[in-house]
Amino acid sequence: MCGIAALQLRNPSLHPRMGSLLSSMLCQIVDRGPDSAGLAVYNTPGLVSEGTSTLSLLGRDQGITTAAITAGVAALLPSDAQAAVQVVGDTTLVSAAVGTDLLVKAVSETLRGSTIIGRGEHVAVMKSVGHPMEIAADHGLEAMAGSQGLSHTRMATESAVTAGGSHPFSVADDLCLVHNGSFSNHATVRRDLRREGVVFDSDNDTEVGARYVASRLKQGDTLEEALVNLGKVLDGFYTLVVTTADSMAVVRDPIACKPAIIAETDDYVAMASEYRALAGLPGIDNARIFEPEPGKVYTWSL
Amino acid sequence: MVTLTAPESTANTAPEARVPESTTVDLAVTSVRELNQAIHNAADGQAWTVTNPGGKHSLAVGIDADIAVTIEGHAGYYAAGMHQKGGVTITGNAGVGLAENIMSGRIHVTGDASQSAAATGHGGLVVIDGNAGARCGISMKGVDIVVGGNIGHMSAFMAQAGRLVVCGDAGDALGDSIYEARIYVKGTVASLGADCVEKPLREEHLAELAELLAAAGRTDNPADFKRYGSARNLYHFHVDNSTAY
Repeated sequence: MCGIAALQLRNPSLHPRMGSLLSSMLCQIVDRGPDSAGLAVYNTPGLVSEGTSTLSLLGRDQGITTAAITAGVAALLPSDAQAAVQVVGDTTLVSAAVGTDLLVKAVSETLRGSTIIGRGEHVAVMKSVGHPMEIAADHGLEAMAGSQGLSHTRMATESAVTAGGSHPFSVADDLCLVHNGSFSNHATVRRDLRREGVVFDSDNDTEVGARYVASRLKQGDTLEEALVNLGKVLDGFYTLVVTTADSMAVVRDPIACKPAIIAETDDYVAMASEYRALAGLPGIDNARIFEPEPGKVYTWSL
Repeated sequence: MVTLTAPESTANTAPEARVPESTTVDLAVTSVRELNQAIHNAADGQAWTVTNPGGKHSLAVGIDADIAVTIEGHAGYYAAGMHQKGGVTITGNAGVGLAENIMSGRIHVTGDASQSAAATGHGGLVVIDGNAGARCGISMKGVDIVVGGNIGHMSAFMAQAGRLVVCGDAGDALGDSIYEARIYVKGTVASLGADCVEKPLREEHLAELAELLAAAGRTDNPADFKRYGSARNLYHFHVDNSTAY
């Protein structure tokens, strides 16, 4: 199965409640994927800041102290980079006032075994194995503010139950993708992307989708075009939610194998696998509620 | 325990003024299991109101008494499944598998229904005022379905008996591999599935369509519809295909 809950807040006065709203949505999709989970939060004070790149690393324990990581990364960056490291739940966040590529290089050299699960100026990505609500609590989701949030509960089918196999997959700056379903030709598409020089972190089918979207965006596609192209290249069952620094997109496969429901108000756009995840949102009684049509790409920008 | 909040007793009022007493079940404080057990224990003629459904799954399933259940709000998956007697009205949307395997009785949704509405239904009437998603009436075996809006793709797939009335448009592959159900569509059909063809709308069809529309409380003109059904070409193996394997 797998469950998805995503929220884009149009009304800034709701930003302080982003975490608590997303947490209430996540709570209703736990049954759909109780083995592992992941979260992506955008513009959350304390986790990311404007003008600074932040990398999200899998795991709280990177083998050396946070002070040692800070020192190691700082030594590889310009003196005014202000490198900082913090541990949030089961995630290590490394930030510095440099471009993401440079920070990725510094972190990869300092922590050779680390897995980068999120990168960008606006997003922090957190994922782990276990009960989704415990993962959310461990990371303090309830108290997080922000402009967008994305959550996923996984019932693994195509690759192992590992934190690395959890969603979202975030493989380019501020880009996140979550997936309910499975891609059947992911091995073929992975080979094609590898030939183009794309490097993969896992054997997961969804990572192929995320890398494909990132590759299309890099080639100049809009988010909508990238997802239309994904529909031509990747075969399988899917409901996907893709977020960027300021937009959110939803697409279902052309035969609509996997569920999705959307609620839209002046204050927010919310998407979930099931209506019950939307039932607790403010003003839901007056929201425009609809199921996205098969094969159609929906996008919303802040 | 079910929280019963019945209105003032009507026992002393004159028979002609009697309104059926409605028992309210608030799902904010009562579990779905308790609700379903309570309506399984219900007696003919009772009225039940369900508040705060919150999209919960399996609401009001397996009703086998002549009762009227109103769900005030949106229902989740498999609402009013295996329905046998009485009626269920959902004043909102319904999730996947509404009225799945309905045997008889009546289900009415005032909003939209998700995929596979009335799937495998053997009898009864399912009325959806809004749109229905993909696979509406899949494998229907005698149920009547009236949809006020559009239906999604692969609807009436392998339909065996019953009537499907669509006042809006139908999605792709309508009636694919259909056996004997009758389909009436007022709007456009994106495409017909294998062995599903348009058929003439004769007097008896206009009459049954008028009956179905009236039963669903609709005022559409039966003459505006087109009828679709089985070309009966898939009933038997065709010897010309013997070399295809």
